Amino acid sequence: MSSPVIALIVLLISLGYFFVGTRLTSGLAPNGSRYHSRPHYSGLYAALLAFLPSSLLLVTLSVGDDLVFQRLALEFVPEAVSSAEGFKEIIVLAQIENVVNGINFGEQADYIYQAAEAWKGWLATATTLKTVSVIGLCLITGFFGFLKLGPDFRSRNAVERIILAILASSSAIAILTTIGIVFSVVFESLRFFALVPVTEFLFGLTWNPQFEGAERAGSGQMGLATYGSVPLFMGTFLISVVALSVAVPVGLFSAIYLSEYASSRARSIIKPLLEILAGVPTVVYGFFAALTVAPFIRSTGMSLGLDVASESALAAGLVMGIMIIPFVSSLSDDVINAVPQSLRDAAYGLGSTKSEAIRKVVLPAALPGVVASVLLAVSRAVGETMIVVMAAGLAANLSLNPLDAVTTVTSQIVTILVGDQEFESAKTLSAFALALTLIVITLGLNFGALQIVKKYREQYE
Amino acid sequence: MSEPRKGIIPPQVAISRVNASLAARRAGERRFRTYGRIAIGIALAFLVLLFVSIFTKGIPGFFQYYVTLEVVVDREKIDPAGDLSVQSLYDGDARGIIRNALYKATGAEGRSGRKAAGKLISKGAEQRLREAIIKDPSLLGKTVAMKFALDDDADSFLRGYISSAVPEKDRRINDKQIEFINKLQKLQLISYDFSDYLIFGSASRDPEIAGIKGAFVGSMLTLAVCLVLAFPMGVATAVYLEEFAPKNRITEIIEVNINNLAAVPSVVFGILGLAVFIGIFGMPRSIPLIGGVVLALMTLPTIIISSRAAIRAVPPSIRDAALGVGASRLQTVTHHVLPLAMPGMLTGTIIGMAQALGETAPLLMIGMVAFIVDIPGGVTDPGTVLPVQIFMWADFAERMFIHKTSAAIIVLLGFLILMNAIAIFIRNRLERRW
Repeated sequence: MSSPVIALIVLLISLGYFFVGTRLTSGLAPNGSRYHSRPHYSGLYAALLAFLPSSLLLVTLSVGDDLVFQRLALEFVPEAVSSAEGFKEIIVLAQIENVVNGINFGEQADYIYQAAEAWKGWLATATTLKTVSVIGLCLITGFFGFLKLGPDFRSRNAVERIILAILASSSAIAILTTIGIVFSVVFESLRFFALVPVTEFLFGLTWNPQFEGAERAGSGQMGLATYGSVPLFMGTFLISVVALSVAVPVGLFSAIYLSEYASSRARSIIKPLLEILAGVPTVVYGFFAALTVAPFIRSTGMSLGLDVASESALAAGLVMGIMIIPFVSSLSDDVINAVPQSLRDAAYGLGSTKSEAIRKVVLPAALPGVVASVLLAVSRAVGETMIVVMAAGLAANLSLNPLDAVTTVTSQIVTILVGDQEFESAKTLSAFALALTLIVITLGLNFGALQIVKKYREQYE
Repeated sequence: MSEPRKGIIPPQVAISRVNASLAARRAGERRFRTYGRIAIGIALAFLVLLFVSIFTKGIPGFFQYYVTLEVVVDREKIDPAGDLSVQSLYDGDARGIIRNALYKATGAEGRSGRKAAGKLISKGAEQRLREAIIKDPSLLGKTVAMKFALDDDADSFLRGYISSAVPEKDRRINDKQIEFINKLQKLQLISYDFSDYLIFGSASRDPEIAGIKGAFVGSMLTLAVCLVLAFPMGVATAVYLEEFAPKNRITEIIEVNINNLAAVPSVVFGILGLAVFIGIFGMPRSIPLIGGVVLALMTLPTIIISSRAAIRAVPPSIRDAALGVGASRLQTVTHHVLPLAMPGMLTGTIIGMAQALGETAPLLMIGMVAFIVDIPGGVTDPGTVLPVQIFMWADFAERMFIHKTSAAIIVLLGFLILMNAIAIFIRNRLERRW
């Protein structure tokens, strides 16, 4: 039986336990005493007990069987093949699985057919085993719960304990995700750093990743692959600077105007309009940057006699700046609004004009929050992907001229990891190392923003 | 009265100094206010520019040029086996039938003339004819007028992107074809109509028949997986953290984690999906199931944070009243707090879903960028999503793809606006203020 069918059966059995349990505990107990909880809690208890362990088992088995089979299948690979140069587990496994699924691309080695035959056998056994064990477990645990039901059994409390455990474990998903991110990135990065020294990665000035095939054949233009990430970080830095020099002034002044000058009517119209900018998908911005802004900048630059690359950092940065205006403006707006009116009143009382009160009293009081919002905007800019993939090009130039084409960390990650890749090559692994540095930078920026707010926030209560 | 201290000036002097500086200060005030107006003006101008640029390119993308031909549906030719099976129709010569109709309409003669005329019509025309016959077999043996899409080069010419003034060898359409197009136009056989291919067509390298149906279905499947996972988990987490979690270290770690996850760039979630689901679990690439899981992990922080805010907004008196009449803590939450907080949670969830619908980068990582013609039938069929489709089309050079891409963007933006409008509606109508 396939997994969905088993899941359906488990669900039906659980429902059955629910109705039987509810029925049994309706009314009075055989000895005339009253049940502790209302009947549906008893039913729910039996049903949960039937459902939870068996569905967990089902998920584990469905996900786990492939992994076990893969280990077993590799046993079939002869020593001579597996120890040979250029042996790739993934390729062999893919070949075996293709044979299992009946997809054949030409003749394969004998051991592949043997492994595939064995695999089919395991698959049949595993399916039977899965069906029997899951449904059996469902029946047994459900029956166990059913037996416990009685006048003295506090089924509501038991059900609530189970539900509380479910709630608590779902909140652990956040931790699991973090662990998953850290592990997936760190392990691959460590493998990368085994191939390429950390110092080359951090301080090298040329980024020229190539697949091993190209290296061996010597067909790459530059010969050997080099993994110096400085140009990528310079590119990210350059584009972020352009973006922030658009977003910070525009966002900050918008926030000031909206919170201090605008009528509440104007504010209620303009604020949502600005927030539309944050809701537009980044791929749309990328399209806009590549097809509208970049050609415009290029033709303008050309008419001024400047040499502008068709995928200039200026275009990508400008559009990214538009995208992060609302981040700066709405966060700054919040902190400016949080400055108590009494401070403004005091400034007016001393005879200052509105702008003087804002510049000399309100902004200094709101400064930590404004700085934090700028840091968050920086972290957005550094992590932004689609705009740079579509508009910033791939040339890893070490340049600080915004009219040049540069590439960024995120766009390299995407370029390297999209499509089929060899999992083992230094080029693929380099993307994970880049991702690791990206995570460190963005989390660092967020942590910094949080610390600034915590440390310098004025308490006005 | 004490002696006036050093540095203190008499009132008259002070007033005159203040008066003298007033003009400059008021000018400063006006300038400052103008800066604010300019800033908002710039932001709104960008917004307008973005939308105008998308819409001026996108509206023509909803239309394309069709040619109406009198097709002689010869029974033998199109259905050689005579059983109307797909195989038989594919073996049949639908192309020849359409070509003949075209040659007749254009009056194309000779090898080069026929070759030129044949290039005017889209490759999708044969498929259209076959589908029409499967749908209505009574067409067999009749002569029917059918509308076929023009090839994208002919379409570009009719839109005026290819000028006939350019030397023949430099344009993608030759003099003969221009002559045929003019003839067809004179016969009023060419029409500029709503592009059904855009909405009902699937991915294709030929811009005139490329459509967003496959990507749209993929988006909906991905979003469904995302919603099914993210909403219950997000609400459960929020309920636990707000109502039950003890104030201890572990709770604190969970909270810090959630905030950190909200700050992680979306592309990193794609890497997580690639490394864990595809790398370790060996699941296939490009499937909406993994896409949905990755997007669920990505939107989870948004949903948790807004759900917690909604739960916190329910006043404690409600809880106290429920506890007072003997409800357990869980009953208090499920019977009273959750229903009251639900509008707020739904608002947050819809906004999270809108974010997921527009997300591209993580889905690129898990291979949803593959070129897939089939429309996915389930969450484990390979597919792509709207934003990724837009990304792929944006890379194609054909002029018509620019329009189609913009049209797809308009569809995407339409859905995002709809979702946000629903969220705003729920917030304004259903949310209670206490």
